[in-house]
Amino acid sequence: MRIAQTIRTRLEQSLAPERLEIIDESHRHAGHSGASPSGETHFSLVIVTGAFAGKNRVARHRMIYEILDDLMNAPIHALTLSTLTPDEAASAQ
Amino acid sequence: MSDITILDEIKNAVDSTDVLLFMKGSPQFPQCGFSSTVCQILNHLGLEFKSVDVLQNAEIRDGIKQFSSWPTIPQLYVKGEFIGGCDIVREMFESGELAEYLTSKGVTVSS
Repeated sequence: MRIAQTIRTRLEQSLAPERLEIIDESHRHAGHSGASPSGETHFSLVIVTGAFAGKNRVARHRMIYEILDDLMNAPIHALTLSTLTPDEAASAQ
Repeated sequence: MSDITILDEIKNAVDSTDVLLFMKGSPQFPQCGFSSTVCQILNHLGLEFKSVDVLQNAEIRDGIKQFSSWPTIPQLYVKGEFIGGCDIVREMFESGELAEYLTSKGVTVSS
């Protein structure tokens, strides 16, 4: 849980998310290039925060990539992102 | 002069191609699930697109990440504009935005 915890701490500090889900999907990629036997290479994140208001998808994803910059490529090999404002999350339900 | 940088080459490629996908592998043999998903969406929309296999060229693989300040592959470009990676393309496809956007750019979509 080391990397997942780092992701959580950073995103909570930077974006104060209303909701933050971090799903480790590494097991689904076992044996692929970029996968590591110890896992924690492929994550899926759901982030709901007011900090995304007024920003398009590309800008939102870039915010996440910047916060996690030194973790991208290694140890994080793949990151699936769902980035929503509280309003969008409410209307998606 | 041979001082054309890899970033210039990438810019020329995205500017001169209507729909260009930087991916791992080829549309016939994608080497990554995310690249494969984007190819399936583009095929579903009946788009003619070109692709660049970043696994064949480390310079392009690094360069494309710098080019759009985007650390992951695949990356989709339409008429020189960066659209996004797999998640964004999928969200735009599911909401119908992608087809709308392509049509607004004069790219023919079949569904």
